[in-house]
Amino acid sequence: MKKLLTTFGFWKVTAVAIMLAGLYSTYVRFFHGLGAATNLSDQFPWGIWIGFDVLCGVGLAAGGFTLAAIVYIFNLKRFEPIIRPTILTAFLGYVLVVVGLMFDLGRPLQIWHAIIMWNPRSVMFEVAWCVMLYTTVLALEFSPVILEKFKMTKTIKMVKRISIPLIIVGVLLSTLHQSSLGSLYLIVPEKMYPLWYSAYMPVFFYTSAIAAGCGMIIFESFISSRAFKRGLEMDLLNEIARVCVMMLGVYAVMKFVDLTDRKMLSLLTVPRFETYMYWLEVIIGVIVPFVMFTQRKIRRNPNGLFIGAALVVVGFIMNRMNIAITGMEGWSGTSYVPSWMEFTITMMIVTIGFMAFYFIAKYFPVFTHEEHHDDGEDTHAAIAWKRDIEAVSQIRN
Amino acid sequence: MLKKKAMLIDLTLCVGCNACQAACKETNHMPEKEEKSLSPTTYTALDEYEGVFVRRMCQHCDDPTCASVCPVGAFTKMPEGPVVYDVDKCIGCRYCMQACPFQVPRYEWSSTYPRIQKCVMCHERLAKGLPTACSEACPTGATKFGDRDELLTEAYTRITGEPDKYVQKIYGEKEVGGTSILYISSVPFENLGFRTTLQTTPLPQLTWNALSKIPGVVSVGGAMLFGIWWITNRREDVKEYEQKNNTNHPTNGKS
Repeated sequence: MKKLLTTFGFWKVTAVAIMLAGLYSTYVRFFHGLGAATNLSDQFPWGIWIGFDVLCGVGLAAGGFTLAAIVYIFNLKRFEPIIRPTILTAFLGYVLVVVGLMFDLGRPLQIWHAIIMWNPRSVMFEVAWCVMLYTTVLALEFSPVILEKFKMTKTIKMVKRISIPLIIVGVLLSTLHQSSLGSLYLIVPEKMYPLWYSAYMPVFFYTSAIAAGCGMIIFESFISSRAFKRGLEMDLLNEIARVCVMMLGVYAVMKFVDLTDRKMLSLLTVPRFETYMYWLEVIIGVIVPFVMFTQRKIRRNPNGLFIGAALVVVGFIMNRMNIAITGMEGWSGTSYVPSWMEFTITMMIVTIGFMAFYFIAKYFPVFTHEEHHDDGEDTHAAIAWKRDIEAVSQIRN
Repeated sequence: MLKKKAMLIDLTLCVGCNACQAACKETNHMPEKEEKSLSPTTYTALDEYEGVFVRRMCQHCDDPTCASVCPVGAFTKMPEGPVVYDVDKCIGCRYCMQACPFQVPRYEWSSTYPRIQKCVMCHERLAKGLPTACSEACPTGATKFGDRDELLTEAYTRITGEPDKYVQKIYGEKEVGGTSILYISSVPFENLGFRTTLQTTPLPQLTWNALSKIPGVVSVGGAMLFGIWWITNRREDVKEYEQKNNTNHPTNGKS
């Protein structure tokens, strides 16, 4: 076994194991039904495929529209080196959400019904359209990478011509989509535990998704830098961490004001499972990374930056799982623990995501900018500085 | 003009014979087996609380949550009262189950092509002018079928006529905006497993509050994003232009 591990590498063996288990579960899911594969029930109809695959998949893709807005709308072109991997992450995130939905929907082959059978009163209808449209937008945003590889310059020009409207539409769709996932739960005021249920869930979902999206940009950069043995854009990631900490701050204040407004602050000290889970989520995902990222020293340290970002992502996942599962269990009168098949299918989907990222990044020009190793942390700033000096001296002459 | 139909369930009259379930199963072509709770093969079932029997079934809300949340509009509230389900539209997202304030819809979990299952208030019988099968089968008159307005008046007459016997409340009159199934009882409803904290405004209003903001978000957001892009882009253009001018006329830079 040890030999096997060293020959093929730990991660490859793990990936193969996950894929095999996932494939078996897939077979059970589609040939024996949801009942055979999942622990879902009439009392608890939505499990981790909604809580994790959909809510987290979409949320963690939020880096895509955040960075697109930074680079193209706010015109901060210095962030360009990380835009392609970020858009790729977002695109894969959305594709995987659709894959996850195909498992979760009872009648997956009818998924296209949302295109022709409209119910504009339904949040799920809005969600369905946002998924369809924004996945298309992301595909178009990413398409130059594929087109470059095949040297289709004419098509690239066409895509570039519509790029600004495309980015604007993408940002709008994301805004609607991120918040609408929160709106989904507005309909269950009785069912959801009041620490989480709020009329402002759409706003909370939106802000926390931007923070988590920033966390994902940093997280993904670190993983890629290891996988592809390239340098880290420390100065850029630093600024992303500052956006992240700002959003975390806004989020924390809003959540606090909301709890106060609803007179639910006292729930924070009630000794029950929900309270513990709430605190865990807030401490891991908001308080600790907020404190970390406000420290310049920690932000400038690659390890500090990575750990902070990972905490934001983990805390975000906990929040969504709490809303989808912990917060809904009490009312339902049952407890829900995902079956091993639900787990393995989710893990399989995530693994496919990682592999797809790896292969696309390897064979297509995703990381195009010259790598620079981070012995000088402020490489970009330094270059800009030098450029400014040159410009000034040129003018003087 | 069709009058909205309803059923009045007087819990004090129910003896727990389960004839309603048997008639329901026969009408809806389901396996005859007696069942204690709602299931994909049971549209109505009896709960017992110390001798009091409570019929559980779809409440046929006036503004049904299930109909509002369904992305493909598979649920319809008919003018006569029934909330019906169109399996040919359903994609199986189960948002209706998640959202239903009465936890009624059941799912065919063991099927590979599952349906939502719930009471449809015998809408086919209603179309023929017949009452629901369960009310017809009820030997004691505990379940009574009729026009909603008339049944409400009757329920009021009954509870105010015997204030010592009945709890002074008609469950379903106002819950989530009113339902087509009305209950009266001699035991407080909260002791019989009824959700008594439900709001009186229809739940779909909650999601509509968010959905109705979409046009605003899109138009204001779109204009803002375009504005910001225009300004930042313009700034860049100006900078470029100035730089170009400066290199063309080096004397300008000295001032």
